[in-house]
Amino acid sequence: MIKIVFFAALREQLDCAEMSLASEGVKNINDIKLKLSDNSEQWQQVFSNASLLSAVNHDMVDGEHPVKPGDEVAFFPPVTGG
Amino acid sequence: MGNQDSSTSSQSAEISIQTADYSLADEVALLEQGNLTDGAVVTFTGRVRNNNNGNTVTTLTLEHYPGMTEKSLAKIILQARERWNIGRVKVIHRVGELNIGDQIVFVGVTSKHRQDAFAANEFIMDYLKVKAPFWKKERIISEGQSAESWLDAKDSDTDKAELWS
Repeated sequence: MIKIVFFAALREQLDCAEMSLASEGVKNINDIKLKLSDNSEQWQQVFSNASLLSAVNHDMVDGEHPVKPGDEVAFFPPVTGG
Repeated sequence: MGNQDSSTSSQSAEISIQTADYSLADEVALLEQGNLTDGAVVTFTGRVRNNNNGNTVTTLTLEHYPGMTEKSLAKIILQARERWNIGRVKVIHRVGELNIGDQIVFVGVTSKHRQDAFAANEFIMDYLKVKAPFWKKERIISEGQSAESWLDAKDSDTDKAELWS
């Protein structure tokens, strides 16, 4: 399984903070986005946003980054701290 | 505030993510205490403004990604150490609900001479703005109505950080 977490506006739009995804057929971040987009029109809309950021095990990564079982994957909007 | 909330704070020597306020005087004292090699101490404090994009702001709520926040800040501090000859570093970022005038963020850097500490401090803030996973939600008064909304990231912050690369 892959643990997936969502933050800020994204968490509110999806009404989901955390979920698990079966790792079968999932090689990278883009695969996860495609799988999650199947959930509903709302999820599809959220994951088609090009400004969406992703992280694997607390490091910011791009869509091609590989994902393996046990990883923690995060999706979130551009950051606004400071 | 000023109360300690251990459930939402995490501590390391250089990085602290906390709900509680901090004392600028205490932080400067920690940077200086027993530090006889550094002549320069540069500090930055970020505070909550009462205005943003022409709206009146009433409160600000900060969310972060525990674990990744500390990791990204540690990486930023390491990058600063690779570029400049600096001594002590401290980064504090508050999370949770903040009011107008509250301190949000502190960056303190020491160095032998001022140039390194000035540059490293600005670098750390510029990178924190675009790399560290924090998100601000503001409550504003717009056309007499109170409304909440997540802040959009600013291109100017990305442009500023890119100047260092």
